[in-house]
Amino acid sequence: MSLVQQSSPHARKAMPTSKVMLWVILAAIPGLLAQTLFFGWGNLINVIWCIAVALGSEAMMLSLRKRPVAFFLKDNTAAVTGLLLGLSLPQFTPWWVSGIATASAIIMVKQLYGGLGSNPFNPAMAGYALVLVSFPVAMTTNWAEAAMLWDGAPGFVETVKIIASAQQTTVDAFTMATPLDEYKHKIATHTAAEVLQHPTFGEGVARGWEWVNAGFLLGGLILLARRIITWHIPVSMLAALAFMSLAFGSNEDLYAPLTLHLLAGGTMLGAFFIATDPVSAATSHQGKLIYGASIGILLYIIRTWGNYPDAVAFSVLLMNFAVPFIDYYTPPRTYGHHKPPRGIAGKGN
Amino acid sequence: MSVKLFDFPGGIHPPENKQQSTRTPIRPAGIPDRLVLPLQQHIGEPAEPCVEIGNRVLKGQVIATVAGSLGVPVHAPTSGTIEAIGDYPVPHPSGMKDTCIVLQPDGEDQWTELAPLGDYRRMDREEVLRRIREAGISGMGGAGFPTDIKLRPPKDRKVDTLILNGAECEPYITADDMSMRERAEQIISGLQVMAWILRPHRCVVAIEDNKPEAIAAMENAATGTQVEIRVIPTKYPSGGEKQLIQIVTGLEVPHGGIPADIGIICQNVGTAIAVSRAIHQGEPLVSRITTLTGEALANPGNVEALIGTPIRYLLEQAGLDKSRLNRLVLGGPMMGYTLESPEVPVIKTTNCVIAATASELPAPDPEQPCIRCGMCAEVCPMELLPQQLFWYARAQEFDKAEHLNLFDCIECGACSYVCPSSIPLVQYYRFAKGEIRVQQAEQLKADRARERFEARQARLEREKEEKERRRKERAAAAKAKKEQQAEAPDTAKAAADATDERASKAALVQEALARKKARNQTGDKKQAETATAPERPPVPEANQPEVDIEELEKQLLKAKAKLENMQGMLNEARTANADNVDKLERAVAKNTERVKRAEEALEEARS
Repeated sequence: MSLVQQSSPHARKAMPTSKVMLWVILAAIPGLLAQTLFFGWGNLINVIWCIAVALGSEAMMLSLRKRPVAFFLKDNTAAVTGLLLGLSLPQFTPWWVSGIATASAIIMVKQLYGGLGSNPFNPAMAGYALVLVSFPVAMTTNWAEAAMLWDGAPGFVETVKIIASAQQTTVDAFTMATPLDEYKHKIATHTAAEVLQHPTFGEGVARGWEWVNAGFLLGGLILLARRIITWHIPVSMLAALAFMSLAFGSNEDLYAPLTLHLLAGGTMLGAFFIATDPVSAATSHQGKLIYGASIGILLYIIRTWGNYPDAVAFSVLLMNFAVPFIDYYTPPRTYGHHKPPRGIAGKGN
Repeated sequence: MSVKLFDFPGGIHPPENKQQSTRTPIRPAGIPDRLVLPLQQHIGEPAEPCVEIGNRVLKGQVIATVAGSLGVPVHAPTSGTIEAIGDYPVPHPSGMKDTCIVLQPDGEDQWTELAPLGDYRRMDREEVLRRIREAGISGMGGAGFPTDIKLRPPKDRKVDTLILNGAECEPYITADDMSMRERAEQIISGLQVMAWILRPHRCVVAIEDNKPEAIAAMENAATGTQVEIRVIPTKYPSGGEKQLIQIVTGLEVPHGGIPADIGIICQNVGTAIAVSRAIHQGEPLVSRITTLTGEALANPGNVEALIGTPIRYLLEQAGLDKSRLNRLVLGGPMMGYTLESPEVPVIKTTNCVIAATASELPAPDPEQPCIRCGMCAEVCPMELLPQQLFWYARAQEFDKAEHLNLFDCIECGACSYVCPSSIPLVQYYRFAKGEIRVQQAEQLKADRARERFEARQARLEREKEEKERRRKERAAAAKAKKEQQAEAPDTAKAAADATDERASKAALVQEALARKKARNQTGDKKQAETATAPERPPVPEANQPEVDIEELEKQLLKAKAKLENMQGMLNEARTANADNVDKLERAVAKNTERVKRAEEALEEARS
């Protein structure tokens, strides 16, 4: 009788990482659906393309690093990176721009830092920021005009052609400035009422965008309900953004209104899917609150006073830098102790 | 009576798997062919056998005693013959062997004479505590701390709350549940004895709400007493001492402290039964209720097993299917440990044996990288950061792990249970704790060695200075002497010359006299010589003492140096506990004698 020798606990009932990531992918479907309905096939094609590049880059790097390829590909984390890039990039982003974003996210930001769990920066956002800085024109002029999938948006094949072509001459017909971009650049010379005349805003807050954000909010609530993420980062981020908007930009004739901040741009995707990336986020509850709130504040600052209309990527990356520092100073108070073990080992406490 | 209950952070809800072993009443396990009784069944000191091989003992007779206070005696669980005393496998995570007394039962199960205490309320509390100790009672839930010590909180601490832990939060285990269902009266009476000893303000039995039958039985038994029955929500690890205290009182046991520091004492259900039996029936602790469960058993359930019963015997009785047995766990699936063999005996802390099949407790998936998802931190009841602790443990950055309160980890296993990356987190923490303990021990050793080295250096330095000082003194003395001698020789020579002159004159006179005598008494030369010998000039004798003293001084110094050297060696040997201490002691004694003799000789020579 040979008995198994094992250290406790003997019972385990965990949702494996692959399933956690699968839930993230599933939770993104409402948002992706809204993107496709209101902005055409662009995002879906981007998502598929970016996931393919992500998996390919991951497999290549794993074999170069002599790691078991199938074992790590099955964890679905590379797919999530591809997915997030596909969801964030402009609909008509040329294939090579999205390809560079994804490949550098996986190769440089993730694998060269040691692979899953070892990257200090959010790979998708680092890839996004890289192409945003490197190819600013491609990254700002390729946002699709909000048009229903069955009514005015280019068809699937046509979209593939636009994305795949190097020249992109036909694309202008289907693109339009994003609501945040439009508001930011027009409000200096126009009143809010005048600015909102632009078709990008539509009849609600921001045509199409409001639904996309609602979709990602719904997905985020699913992740919360599944306990895949905790409320700390999204809530503190959105609350900080709202606070900044109300405190500093309540005059709609000078600054974009709060509704636009919350429902246009990448706010909900950023709050529930991107800032919550556990690898590059702060650890403790208190740390997550600080981390999320800081992202919200930076998001507002860059959107309002910076050069970029949206700033989820930059805000998240800037706070990624601060994570080790936040973690050192925000551990929870352990049972039976008077105060938390702040700071570095050997100091304080 | 409805004082608020509190929650503890984190926690998990693993499948309970308790119904398998609660379908049948507690059954007696019977008497096996042999009983193996470890001398150490709890934290603290092992007992010393007080019987010899071949002795016949009665049930309840003391077979091993403890001299110190941190231990309890061991009793014969049934009547029979002492078969052996030696090393046998004992229940321990390491699978180690330890000294055990092997008893061959005679099947008569004949009790030794029992002395119930009668009305304990009229007794001295010390006497009751002594009885509890003599009955061999140690905690029957966790680490098995001797119960009488736990019932003696520090004098300056007032006990506010006595908590009887009937939470039994760990899956599979139902020993306390079944005990409460069937022996509620005994539990309450044992609890009342403990309450009488401690005189707390509150006396609470905490039971998880997944045990309705036990709750009903205990409430019934507690009617008319001061005992509160508190039903607490089912959540693992509510039965952890620290967590239970938090649930019942909202207080936290301070880091590094014990519950008594905040006026709380926790006792186990099984311990209460043992106390009741010891006081009211006079019976020592010779059996306990153990859960036998797992899919490899045809008849899972609870048994009352004699201490020392081999687990194999119990499993066979419960219908073990050996072909399906994959993992044998002693304790629960969260904190229990696997056994290498079923030959180990039931001891006072054995609350559960799980004979698990491969599908029941499957092998863990391969470990994946930590993605810092934080699920572990969400479930940690101690509010640690398991993912950070893991990170530091793996990187062997133990100072950082310690800084994040690694040693507050109770190893409940909730973090490992939920880890999506299938990381055996608790194992990492055990490793880190072990390494830190080893490091601390080594540090202590190194510190001691350094102290010793420094002390030696200081001593050598001192000796050198001493030597130098003496050398200077000697040099000064020598110089002074030389100067003295430089003056002295003239007088000495003059004196010597004078003596010489006188002596030679005397000699001449003597010679002349002798010649004359010889002429008178021819042949008596010898007589003449002996007569003349004492009258020889004392010249050489005048110089002799001078030389001797110097020589003696040298010898004395030499002996003294040797003695000091020896003494140094002896001191070192003593601190190092070397085995040549005796020899060195003799050598030192010898040298001391030598020095004394040299001093005496010198003294004599000088006078």
